[in-house]
Amino acid sequence: MPAASQLESTTVRHSAVVRVTHWLTFIAFVALLVTGGEIVISHPRFYWGEVGNVNTKPLFAIPIPASRDTVPTNYGYVMPDQNGWSRALHFEAAWVAVLTGVVYGIYGLVTGHFRRNLIPKRHDWNWRVYREQIVRTLRRKRPGPDEDGSYNVLQRTAYAAVIFVLFPLVIWTGLAMSPAFTAACPWTVELLGGRQSARTIHLFDSIVLLTFLVVHVWMVAASGFRRRMRGMIAGYGERGEEQR
Amino acid sequence: MNPITRRKLIRGGVAATVGVAGLEAAGRIARRYGLIPPDSGGIYGPGETLTYACQRLLTTRLPAREFSRSMISKNPFANEIARPTDEFKRLEAGGFKDWRLVVDGTVAHPLVLSLADLKTMPIASQITEIACEEGWSYVAEWIGTPLSSVLREAGILPQTRYIVYYPIEKFLWGSIDLADAWDEHTLLTTGMNDGDLPVPFGGPLRLRLPRQLGYKSLKFVTHVTATDDIKKFGKGLGSVDPEGGYSWYAGI
Repeated sequence: MPAASQLESTTVRHSAVVRVTHWLTFIAFVALLVTGGEIVISHPRFYWGEVGNVNTKPLFAIPIPASRDTVPTNYGYVMPDQNGWSRALHFEAAWVAVLTGVVYGIYGLVTGHFRRNLIPKRHDWNWRVYREQIVRTLRRKRPGPDEDGSYNVLQRTAYAAVIFVLFPLVIWTGLAMSPAFTAACPWTVELLGGRQSARTIHLFDSIVLLTFLVVHVWMVAASGFRRRMRGMIAGYGERGEEQR
Repeated sequence: MNPITRRKLIRGGVAATVGVAGLEAAGRIARRYGLIPPDSGGIYGPGETLTYACQRLLTTRLPAREFSRSMISKNPFANEIARPTDEFKRLEAGGFKDWRLVVDGTVAHPLVLSLADLKTMPIASQITEIACEEGWSYVAEWIGTPLSSVLREAGILPQTRYIVYYPIEKFLWGSIDLADAWDEHTLLTTGMNDGDLPVPFGGPLRLRLPRQLGYKSLKFVTHVTATDDIKKFGKGLGSVDPEGGYSWYAGI
């Protein structure tokens, strides 16, 4: 046990489980993004419903060159095909993300981490609180004492959305593209309106997750990159800081 | 910061030992129940193995999704390839009358079947989706002889573990495990949407495997071999696909 004086002078920001699962998820997510982009390049057309191919009308097409010569694009060349390793890494990274998510999910439920730190507090569930917090953030006001060692309502909402909505949905839509998994659980793809709908939702969910990542890193940078990184790596802030 | 105490060190050591022993035991059980794919080595091996093991526990006995007739795609995409060989062109000119499917390996009665022979066996049809690893897909009715009927006729021997299959260009070979080989939906396909299977779609004979991605459904199949040792084929990875970075098991 650390001595009492130590407890007074350091702030435990993140538990070991949170730190390890955070970084594992980060590594897996970056791998998923890069390889997912690579897979999209082999067929940058998106459809709605069950089926879609170059003989059917796409919902939209991303205006990039493709890595397969069967896909019509407005480019006169074909990109190098990197699907082999991209797919292998995509699914391996998905396993890392899912298994990490399971550990984190159990931890969050058992320890009350979700309830305590992530679900917006009951009395914050109204527009006025959100609006005030948005204004405070945009005016770059310093965090108030109520945020010390905790998250404000915008942070809670963003983190909760990523953990309870966006990640589960991206896993679900990914599984809904698996011909073997959907043999076992056909409803997983039927509820989404078909295989191609699942693929399109998978893309948009990934874009929202990427947006979250960018804003998240930006906010970390704005609020003191070194200090926040130390918090997520070593688990505590600097001695004496934030001990108003 | 908490110092690393002796108790923590011992606890960590015990946990690591238990973990390694547990993985070892899990590996042995997985091998015994056929949950390890042929391409389980390398940096992507753990991912391949987890996926394959989970799918085998989950989907072994469950059939692929089927669709209503109205869902059949009006404009399916063939992903056509050039006529593969001169031999193929000669057979095509003869209306594929001389196309032969050789069935051998660990079987009691090796067979040589013409397309007409295949069609005298019980014919099955299914309306299923073929999905390419690139992302596109279409639904079609596939008509043919279940691979299981042919394997039953040949009498596969009890030691058989995998069914290897070759297109007319032998180097593009593939294989499936017995769970997929016995699946009623695994068809030696000769017809599509009420007609003969067109050459661009893999005619005259394509192995359709609707619980896996399109690249496992090889076109122009001429040879099926049952085996008890997949390591003897090619580089021992179960198909030509892993040599190009693609998974042997494409049920994902």
